[in-house]
Amino acid sequence: MANTVDNLINQVRENRIWRSIFRGGSGESNLRRSLVVQQNVFLHLFSIKSRKRVLEFSATWYLGALTFGTFLILVITGILLMLYYHPSVPQAYADMKDLQYVVSSGVFLRNLHRWSAHAMVFLVFAHMFKVFYRGAYRTPREFNWIIGVVLLLVTLLLSYTGYLLPWDQLAYWAVTVGSNIASAVPLIGAKMRFLMLGGTAVNANALLRFYVLHCVILPVTAVVLIAVHFWRIRKDGGIYPGESDAEVSNK
Amino acid sequence: MAEDPKRAPAPDSPEEMSRRKFFVKVGVGSAAVAALGTAAFAYQYLSPNVLYEPSPIVDAGKPDRYAPDSVTMDPQNAIYVVRTGEGFFALSAICTHLGCLTAYKPDLGIIACPCHGSKFNKDGVKIEGPAPRPLPWLRMWLSDDGNLLVDRSNAIAIKQLVRV
Repeated sequence: MANTVDNLINQVRENRIWRSIFRGGSGESNLRRSLVVQQNVFLHLFSIKSRKRVLEFSATWYLGALTFGTFLILVITGILLMLYYHPSVPQAYADMKDLQYVVSSGVFLRNLHRWSAHAMVFLVFAHMFKVFYRGAYRTPREFNWIIGVVLLLVTLLLSYTGYLLPWDQLAYWAVTVGSNIASAVPLIGAKMRFLMLGGTAVNANALLRFYVLHCVILPVTAVVLIAVHFWRIRKDGGIYPGESDAEVSNK
Repeated sequence: MAEDPKRAPAPDSPEEMSRRKFFVKVGVGSAAVAALGTAAFAYQYLSPNVLYEPSPIVDAGKPDRYAPDSVTMDPQNAIYVVRTGEGFFALSAICTHLGCLTAYKPDLGIIACPCHGSKFNKDGVKIEGPAPRPLPWLRMWLSDDGNLLVDRSNAIAIKQLVRV
């Protein structure tokens, strides 16, 4: 039985269509396994080999991976929520209520989006603390730390812009207060608030601007920075000291 | 032999620029000009020229709508119309701290902000809380047909009552 399954899997993997998609093909050798990672557009960000201790729970508590997991959930649920949401006044509030009470599974998706957002903020901070207390921000990883800080800011901005979209009282006053905090910046504060809201008060323009930031600009920024963040892990020598290109060539 | 003035100087002489350096400078310069232009363009594009916001001028109705010694809130327009013994004035209802809508508490005779606890008296003067400034007095006047008008965009520095 096990043999039949193995044979079947092998047949599929030797199939012409499969081989045209996965160029490395299958095989038992380490070379083949390396090629699978190296020749895949997504996996090639990572190193082709990992030490066992890197994959142990105690090394990272998987906080970075979990953060990325919540981000994926947020992207998928967010796109689904967009199908029922109009970023206009006062339709946005009605759409949010429809998602809660009328759309099948709407309340599930909305709650999943909301709780994943909370979890992502928590996990980003936890990841940051773990990296900090392990000293993993030190040379040659300081640039990746900086990217991480920018990703933290992007995460918080995503939370903040998403806060306005339900267009309820909480959203309205939270963004009124938040944008007034922004206007406390010396000299350019009032202008900044005007550009952010697209007007002098939280209104239709502000809702649309926050929507575009929340659904396009900030997620795209996050995806690009996440890709660089992952790629730098490999380039900086994985997650343990002494294994980066720079450190190896200095030996 | 006299020096030929039209002769090009040697490209490696220190005060002269090589062709490559010249083109790099032209390229970087053009990119900088384009970047500045893009910034100006973006700034202008992001600043709306027409705002579809409610007019700042509010018609507060006939003066006799308001009882003597009363504070009446118009929550839609975020103003208070205050009538004292001598006349009328208008106060902004937007807290000077972070822009929340304040509310009048008739039993205490004060204006209070629900967000961070600022309190003001009926003249808009701060009693307590984080608000940095008093609630501004807004320009108020009588229209030709005898209605009280308030300009919400126009705070007045000298407190003046409208006498009817």
